[in-house]
Amino acid sequence: MPSEALLSVRDLRISFGQVEAVRGLTFDVLPHEVFAIVGESGAGKSLTARALLGMVPRGATVGGSVRLRDNADPAAERGRRITLVPQDALSALSPVHPVGDQLAAAVRSVRRLSRRQAHARAVAALDRVGIPDAARRARAYPHEYSGGMRQRAVIAMATVNEPDVVVADEPTTALDEERREQVLRVLAEQREAVGAALVLITHDLDVVRAHADRVLVMYAGRAAELGPVRQVLGRPRAPYTAGLLASLPQDGPRRRRLPVLRGTPPAPDALGPGCAFAPRCPLATDPCHDREPALQAVDDRLVACHHAADVPDPLRKFV
Amino acid sequence: MSYPLLDVRDLVVRYGPVTAVDHVTFTLDAGETLALNGPSGCGKSSTALAVLQLRRPDAGTVRFQGRELTSMTERELRPLRPRMQPVFQDPYGSLSPRHRIRDAVSEPLKVHGRWNPAHGPARVAELLDRVGLDPSCGDRRPHELSGGQCQRAGIARALASDPQLLVLDEPVSALDASVRAGVLNLLADLQDELGLGYLFICHDRPVVRHFADRVIEMRDGRTVHP
Repeated sequence: MPSEALLSVRDLRISFGQVEAVRGLTFDVLPHEVFAIVGESGAGKSLTARALLGMVPRGATVGGSVRLRDNADPAAERGRRITLVPQDALSALSPVHPVGDQLAAAVRSVRRLSRRQAHARAVAALDRVGIPDAARRARAYPHEYSGGMRQRAVIAMATVNEPDVVVADEPTTALDEERREQVLRVLAEQREAVGAALVLITHDLDVVRAHADRVLVMYAGRAAELGPVRQVLGRPRAPYTAGLLASLPQDGPRRRRLPVLRGTPPAPDALGPGCAFAPRCPLATDPCHDREPALQAVDDRLVACHHAADVPDPLRKFV
Repeated sequence: MSYPLLDVRDLVVRYGPVTAVDHVTFTLDAGETLALNGPSGCGKSSTALAVLQLRRPDAGTVRFQGRELTSMTERELRPLRPRMQPVFQDPYGSLSPRHRIRDAVSEPLKVHGRWNPAHGPARVAELLDRVGLDPSCGDRRPHELSGGQCQRAGIARALASDPQLLVLDEPVSALDASVRAGVLNLLADLQDELGLGYLFICHDRPVVRHFADRVIEMRDGRTVHP
């Protein structure tokens, strides 16, 4: 693995009692890249995001390792070298403190600066994310901000300390198209301004296609496919990726019905010995039900599938 | 003389000084899907509530099968309510967490005086089956189901009173891609089979393009013509 990785995840496992929700993830986040983790509800992507910051819920057991460059523990560097943009901007901000004070507190938590200096940094950060009249707005409370401004303020807070890695957990869920593009644009600008890598957790493949460099597709707590976005979404080799893509509404002639993956994702406590996707997979054969496939290289990506070579192109014929 | 299923003219909804819906006009035929598309706060959901008379409009007319609703009293509206049903965005929030799915689905029958103890349970089972839910789901509560299953239960409840119009307010926005495709297919099948008219509120353009026969774009409470 390249030694310049900003963040290295090795065989990450997260379990609750006997139930394993994340089942052995290995990947690197490289400098300046946008690394997307995509999957559906229950795939383990939000848990993974939390583990990157050392923030797994109480009662969870974590195995494997998550390390920042220089072997640093991300939990110790949280807020400094690795930061979180949470899903819900409103509940991420304290309702009883002015936004500028909250940013200044974030600054002072990692740097020995005077209140005045920290406040100046806070105002500059708000200005950078496009909050108009930032000096005055810094004294306002979150409820005085519009939804879009709150989102920007949260992004400002995640980038004010110039981290190496920003983890954004579903930052655009429940936003309409305009707000979604706006948030992603501000995130991209800030990421570039401070030179950070972005780990983008999402269930939206269109967002991945438009904004990410590499993507990890998760299914039932494991990697189904991992590689450059153009390869993984352009010519998927994991049947799960292919099925997901085929079920998206497409431009072109209107179709009355969309192709649908049969069945539903398995419960984490009901996994058999084989591939977790096998019960839903149109390509599954006997070995798929007996033996979980290991990740193997196909082109520049990794795929966990016994039939990676058989996933058809074009996708429409798939499901 | 035949009427469109829904004929909305110059609809206005105000909240205090804010005009949320500003003279919106459209018609919808049986078996047709009309999408209302636009950004958050453009007045889509206020339009939906006003069409259903769940929020009485401040001006304009809503004709449902030729009958003007805005001037009706609640009592006069009652017999029409079973024929126009909403399906909401949040699959969990739109079902009572304390009620079993079978109770949620049978409630419209009971409210509208159509519950028959002899045939009711079979009707509920039939509705669950129709939306692709296993009969055992009837015994469960919403938190025991997935988002897609809850949304199917919400659709079953809307179908219970034999509606002609469904007002679908972001019915698939909270769902994952593979689940969303299944729910959209279900809605398409139900429309083909039952001739339902859909007022389909959605901010996701690819979904709208796939699913709607016609689209109205809204912005700041008004319809805009692209």
